[in-house]
Amino acid sequence: MTATEDLTSTNQVTSAGTSEGRQELQLRKDVSEKEVLRGSGAVLRMSESEVAALAGTQSEDQTMIINMGPQHPSTHGVLRLMLELKGETVLRCKPVIGYLHTGMEKTGESLTFMQGGTNVTRMDYASPLNNELVFAMTTEKLLGIDQDIPERAVWIRMLLSELNRISSHLLFMATNGMDLGAVSMMLYGFREREEVLRFFQKVTGLRMNHNFIRPGGVAADLPAGWRDEVLGLLDTLPARLAEYEILMTGQPIWRERLQGVGVITRDEAIALSATGPILRSTGLSWDLRRDMPYLRYDKVEFDVIVGSYGDAFDRYSIRLNEIRESMRIVRQVLDAMPQGDYRIQDKKVTPPPRGRIDESMEALIHHFKIFTEGFKVPEGEAYVAIESPRGEIACYIASDGSATPYRMHVRAPSFINIQTMPHMMRGGLVADAVAVISSVDPVLGEVDR
Amino acid sequence: MSQVSGRVADDVRFVLKADYLKTITALRGEGFEMCVDLTAVDYLTHPGRNISPEVASQITLERFELVVNLLSLSQRRRVRLRVQVSESDPVIDSAFDVYPGTEAMEREVFDMFGIKFNGHPDLTRILMPEDWQGHPLRKDYAQGNIPVQFKGAAS
Repeated sequence: MTATEDLTSTNQVTSAGTSEGRQELQLRKDVSEKEVLRGSGAVLRMSESEVAALAGTQSEDQTMIINMGPQHPSTHGVLRLMLELKGETVLRCKPVIGYLHTGMEKTGESLTFMQGGTNVTRMDYASPLNNELVFAMTTEKLLGIDQDIPERAVWIRMLLSELNRISSHLLFMATNGMDLGAVSMMLYGFREREEVLRFFQKVTGLRMNHNFIRPGGVAADLPAGWRDEVLGLLDTLPARLAEYEILMTGQPIWRERLQGVGVITRDEAIALSATGPILRSTGLSWDLRRDMPYLRYDKVEFDVIVGSYGDAFDRYSIRLNEIRESMRIVRQVLDAMPQGDYRIQDKKVTPPPRGRIDESMEALIHHFKIFTEGFKVPEGEAYVAIESPRGEIACYIASDGSATPYRMHVRAPSFINIQTMPHMMRGGLVADAVAVISSVDPVLGEVDR
Repeated sequence: MSQVSGRVADDVRFVLKADYLKTITALRGEGFEMCVDLTAVDYLTHPGRNISPEVASQITLERFELVVNLLSLSQRRRVRLRVQVSESDPVIDSAFDVYPGTEAMEREVFDMFGIKFNGHPDLTRILMPEDWQGHPLRKDYAQGNIPVQFKGAAS
């Protein structure tokens, strides 16, 4: 008997009033939506100490609570799940997070807007450029220069953002494969991702944590020969993706492991504030790049990939096809890349060029002031959201007019998306829990911040 | 009321704490299907903040401000609510029954700011250890040189 049957079998129970109130389970139709949500939901709402107090006791209904993680290899870092099991079936679960919490939002309050990029880039370390982008865009909005960013800078941002989406989804392909036992897939995914990271290294100097997209534009112009590099990437990837399709998409074992696993409905996804591939897997076509365009996404053509069943297989194929769509955008960016400045020529936020520092005392002082004191940002608050590979990533900054944010908050998509896990796992097997964690694709650096 | 920051006007509304639940319920009916973000700001050292005079005359500014971002997928629209929460009574109704997705966000605000949410199903710390004392994102929470709070750790 699976848990799903178990949970629905309550309709054979009739309600009986006792001196202590209704003791029996109520008919499902008699239970209000609110009660279901709170009472018999999928989320195990017990604290660590409450669970610890249960140690050694035996429950009457033969359920047990076990820990998965935080050191479990399939938990993508340090996610810990408390699973309530009946046999091998997951009844309820609770994601326990915070093991990687380093107070990055607090740290952000003492870093200048110039330094802030180094902080936010470390949150979602699988797509650092998107974090930098959203932070830079929020700062620019507060400065009132969001419409003045030079065209070239905007298109460079788009190029990097899309390549980062590709590298992030390739990492997903790798980890998703590994979690489900396709170990060779892990090697392939990492191999392709490395090609993209090599390009990032050429452009930004670093493979990860670039701090390249900064308020006002980007840190440097694209290096000579960048176009050939990108074209090289675009030439190798399609064949590799076709290889993935043969390795996984068409595989009966792969389909068996993913199809119908971790199903979430559209209403659930919206109610739980899930965004990104999770929301799209339920068939809802929602992508901020198309629906609330930023940068120049309204100038490029691409399709929003949606699923139809809301299961782990949909989320896998959405990400696989999003790589293809991103490649399509990158091709258009290559054609459209304008000439010009790569950062705004606003003396307030832009440090003087290196050459000027040797010639001019003022330039030297100016350079020194910008890098030590930073620039002042007018009072106010702004919220900017963009589409990261994991969903809506947004930055909320409240400024008090000084050079550091008064409050810097990042709406981390993984942090919110993790809430869908209990609902996806409910009634499934423990082995499928691994598939669910993997298909949510959380990055714990971002969850814990 | 819309407030301009930068050149793009955001739809920002100031809501009284007593009307908070009523307002979000009404907004949900208006098509704001998703509560996309819920966070707070501690205005201890910057009590004035940036508020136009006509708004400032209508509301009492408090130490804490709850910032709720709602998103309408059907109308492609956002609205941001700013709710004042006082230091002496840091309690506000939970949005859980209207937007279940706020569960983790409210836990985070509780953990980081010590604002309590009435009617939240599981109001416990989410990022900090369960037995942690203090609320790290409050402005009077010292940064650095804090005594080690882990059990059994050398201090």
